[in-house]
Order: sequence, then structure tokens, then C-alpha cells
Amino acid sequence: MAVARTDDALVDGVRAGDEGVFTDLVGGWSRSMLLVARAFVSTEASAEEVVQDTWLAVIRGIDGFEGRSSLRTWVYRILVNTAKTRGVRESRTVPWSSIADDGDHGPTVDPARFQGAGEPYPGGWRSFPRQWQSSEGTVLAGELRTMVRSAFDALPDRQRVVITLRDVMGHSAGEVCDILDISGANQRVLLHRARATVRARLAPYLEQPTAPGQEAT
Amino acid sequence: MGALTCQDLVELVTDYLDGALDQASARRFEQHLALCAGCQTYLDQMRTTAALLGEIPAESLSEDAQATLLAAFRTFHR
Repeated sequence: MAVARTDDALVDGVRAGDEGVFTDLVGGWSRSMLLVARAFVSTEASAEEVVQDTWLAVIRGIDGFEGRSSLRTWVYRILVNTAKTRGVRESRTVPWSSIADDGDHGPTVDPARFQGAGEPYPGGWRSFPRQWQSSEGTVLAGELRTMVRSAFDALPDRQRVVITLRDVMGHSAGEVCDILDISGANQRVLLHRARATVRARLAPYLEQPTAPGQEAT
Repeated sequence: MGALTCQDLVELVTDYLDGALDQASARRFEQHLALCAGCQTYLDQMRTTAALLGEIPAESLSEDAQATLLAAFRTFHR
């Protein structure tokens, strides 16, 4: 991936018209850019156009890049702005300013999993979550990938964007806040809800075979 | 402040993993964890979930789109 080069080398390469550098960048970053764009627009085709438009803007605008953020953050900010504009045109807007909707409130684990006020340990697990089996190198692995993908696809838009950047692509919390222009606290709420939802979807599939007396997650 | 319950802890997992808890809260989190196998399992599973998400194979741009971009790049630098 292109990320092995330093920002300076990448910027210099793009400015100088180095096709190898540009091709590596496009190849290395466009996958995550598509996932991010997809959360703002209504079709895969639209998302692809957003990513193309972003790269065109990068080609034209790279001379104006001042290095105040990382190159990646700068490119992703262009991406998000382009995607938002396009989303508005498609009457599909993802409200980033408030986190009051999208099911962003309330517990992320079913309260029924915990003991109530009249029980010996209020707020304690009724029964512990069952251990997961390792899927590595088994037939499970392929099926599991499909499950992870469908759980991911089902997430609300903003949660999906944040988890894409953090967990799918490995951006830091700080980068994600910069890219999306949200606070660290908002970023963590969205990430936490997204992870908890995906975990709950995977749990029945990964739990080890039932031992007597244990309940399903 | 009383001790954390399991129900409290599960909501703090991401804050904890991101290093966003203040020192006292992080200590209470770890104290609970040291004594609670259920919460250890939950924390592990959240970590596993994040790792599994990192294996999602994202689609890249189509060959056509990549060719179009390279052509635009060449034209711009001609």
C-alpha cells in the first residue's frame, strides 16, 4: 500500500506527476473511501462517482495542500464534503450535528441480561456471555466473513462511517474526528454502539456449543 | 462513587479501549475486570469484533474508474 511512503514523498510525487505514486494512492485508499462515501449517497454508482470526483479535486488541489493535517485526512475531508453535497442533491442527508437519532441512546446490551433491583447483584450479569470459539482456519471463517459484512451493512449510516474509518480501515480516533468534524465523545458513542451491535449479531454464531444451564446471548 | 456494575462496564468498553477514561474511572474499570470473568469475556469479544471488522474486504474502484483517473492525472501534468 501507498502508506509505506511518507506524506512528503506522496505529496511531492503527486505534484510532480509521478504516475506510480498516484496509482498506488488511488489503489490503496479508494476502497475505504468507497465505504465512507456509500454512507452518504444512495447507490454504489454514486459512491464511485464521489470517489472519482474526490481524486479529481486532489489532482487539481494538491498544490494548495499545506500539510496542516496528514495527507489522508485532507483527502478524506474532500471526500466527505463531496459526498455530503451529493447526498443533499439526492435528498439523502446524514445528520452529523446531533446524535439524538439513529438509536444512539440507551443501553447497548439488552437490560434483560443483567439482574434487576430486587436481585442479589443488581446490574450484574444474569449469566456470563458465553465464550466464542475461534474461527481461524475452519470452515467457519468464510461464513463468518459474510456475517460480519451483513452486520456491518445493517448499521445506521453514521455508525457505519465511524466504524469503517476506525475498525475497517484503522484510522486513529483523532483522524476520524478531523475527517468527520465531530467531537471525540460523539465519535466514541457511534463507534461503541456500532461495535456492540455487530458483537451482538455475531454472538449466536460464534458462541461455543451450549453447556447445560447457560442461556444464549 | 460506588463500584461499577457489569451493566455500567459494558457501556465503557470503547472509552476504555480508546484511553478516554480518566484515571480514577480506568482504575475502577480494571478493578472490576480483574474480578469478573463475564466482563473479561465481553471486553475480549468487543476487541475480536473490531478485529473481524478489519478483515472486511472492501471493493476497490472499477478498472474503468482507475483508468479515467490516471488519464486525468496525465492530462493535468502534461
